[in-house]
Amino acid sequence: MLQMTHLSKAYRTEVVETYALRDFSIHVRPGEFVAVTGPSGSGKTTFLTIAGLLEEFTGGEYHLDGADVRGLNDNQRSRLRNEKIGFIFQAFNLIPDLNVFDNVDVPLRYRGFNGAERRRRIQKSLERVGLSARSRHYPAELSGGQQQRVAIARALAGDPRLLLADEPTGNLDTQMARGVMELLEELHRDGATIVMVTHDPELAIRAQREVHIVDGQVVDLVAQPRIVRPSSQAQA
Amino acid sequence: MFGYYIGLAIRSLRRNVVLTVLMIVAIGVGIGASMTTLTIFRAMSGDPLPGKSAQLFVPQIDNWGPRKGGGQSAATGSKLQNQLTYIDASRLMEAHAAKRQSAMYGTGLPLIPANRDLQPFTAPIRASYADFFPMFEVPFLYGAPWSAADDAAHAAVVVLSRKLNDKLFAGANSVGQSVNLDGQTYRVVGVLKDWEPIPKFYDLTDEKFGKGADVFMPFTRAIDQQLRGWGSFNCKDPPDSGYAGTLRSECIWIQFWVELPTPADVARYRLFLQNYASEQRRSGRFDWTAETALRDLSQWLRFNEVVSDEVRILVLVSFSFLFVCLLNAMGLMLAKVMARAQEIGVRRALGANRSAIFTQCLIESSVIGLVGAALGLVLTALGLLGLRTLLSQSASALANLDLLDVGIVIALALGSAILAGLYPTWRAGQVQPAWQLKSQ
Repeated sequence: MLQMTHLSKAYRTEVVETYALRDFSIHVRPGEFVAVTGPSGSGKTTFLTIAGLLEEFTGGEYHLDGADVRGLNDNQRSRLRNEKIGFIFQAFNLIPDLNVFDNVDVPLRYRGFNGAERRRRIQKSLERVGLSARSRHYPAELSGGQQQRVAIARALAGDPRLLLADEPTGNLDTQMARGVMELLEELHRDGATIVMVTHDPELAIRAQREVHIVDGQVVDLVAQPRIVRPSSQAQA
Repeated sequence: MFGYYIGLAIRSLRRNVVLTVLMIVAIGVGIGASMTTLTIFRAMSGDPLPGKSAQLFVPQIDNWGPRKGGGQSAATGSKLQNQLTYIDASRLMEAHAAKRQSAMYGTGLPLIPANRDLQPFTAPIRASYADFFPMFEVPFLYGAPWSAADDAAHAAVVVLSRKLNDKLFAGANSVGQSVNLDGQTYRVVGVLKDWEPIPKFYDLTDEKFGKGADVFMPFTRAIDQQLRGWGSFNCKDPPDSGYAGTLRSECIWIQFWVELPTPADVARYRLFLQNYASEQRRSGRFDWTAETALRDLSQWLRFNEVVSDEVRILVLVSFSFLFVCLLNAMGLMLAKVMARAQEIGVRRALGANRSAIFTQCLIESSVIGLVGAALGLVLTALGLLGLRTLLSQSASALANLDLLDVGIVIALALGSAILAGLYPTWRAGQVQPAWQLKSQ
């Protein structure tokens, strides 16, 4: 599903070249739930932005769902991002002017679905996260946990092959965080491939596998005790 | 997606009403100021006879020689007088060297209406030859111009303006009816449609943007009736007494136009004019080599400084003001776009490519431009209304918005808003979606 091989990302100035990722390799299989951990500045977020085609890399290879993403132009990257990836942000990143329905609608608009198809997908996604009754509410009228559920519904609406979550519970209290994590685990059980960046060991342990990054390199692949059962797709 | 972008634009504009109002006001005020002056400028500098103006010429003859009187054009530095004497006008008419030609002058007579409910009044008259009407493509509502035979016969015939026909005959076809001018009966041969060229190019000696005559009569008849000119009358030396003295004098008071359809006709007429001036010297009328000129309609408008330098400067200043307004609008739009960087980043992360963001912002600028255009149109109309109270009654015709002006306002406002929005829109397209994740 996601395969990075000897990937590097360097930020260059006139005098300094700083590597955010160096000789970075990772392979996420379909249906896996992978936690990416590491200290601040280790390169977790850079990994996530490159994985999400939000940023280009300097060297190495990256295949997403079988497609080599090197050298794709802005249009191709945008289309691939829209079709293959669902983002879940720490700060939810809902658009405050748009109600729940219209927020979930955003990626579908860029996909070019017709109105009926968009409505069907939005309703299905909102039902999936248990917020179909709140479709006309605006983000400011929802709790943090509900906002994150809307963000998850938005990420799911396009049926992406990969969910990328960046500290999905970072802005939530314990109870709400538990609810969101349970939802992610449920999605994983249903076959979703999830890569979650987190600095919280308690969350990381709930993933199927943990990838630890230090100074831009994968330092350890730790087999975790499985709290979540791997999906049938993953087992395959 | 267009409807979606329109909806987003309206939501975005409603999000910060104060900023939106400021942007719209900046564009609207700039458009209002520039369009008010541009409308006046366009009316002043417009071609009063599109398609025909290049074939219409005014001959000029230096009949005053080295010792000049009035009638010179300071702007062009020309020493040539802007009208002809009766002597030259009648000789050029007799020569009939152009396809069409007409000597003319403005005058007036008391008109006694047949309808006793109406009081007698003084009717402004244009004395001209029959060629005046086809040469200037004057449109007729009823009837037709008088004939060349009527000119020759000094016939008592008239053509009425629509306004006068409405007044005297309640708008009915009055061809064949008669009007009483200063006790004499004139037969109506035609009634014009509305015809008020701006500027009043055929006679710029009095009011350049004034109203035309209500009655047109043969030049020959007007001379017979010893009607004096109402407009500019300039002399090098005092004329002999009496009307005959005026006709014999070197005083200039007659306008003269010729129609020359081809460049060859123009060249021939130029030669004819030079020969005519030489002939006048040989005959002893001039003791100098008389300069001559033949200016087409647009040259004639420039020669007479129809559009003054002050008006040109005013247009320049008002468009500079529009530029300043646009800079303000651009700054406001930039602030708005930068405030929405997060939303733009989210949209990019969710699949919007640069052109989608660019289109969304451009449509938002266009919506601002359209509302700015509406405000600009209202302000332009108010500006022109204000100018009408300041201008003389005759010049107030300049301060009118036509459909083309409305089109220009909308195009200018849209263009301005899009122009002002280009840089902010470009900046919006440059927002890096990765920023969204890294800034958290």
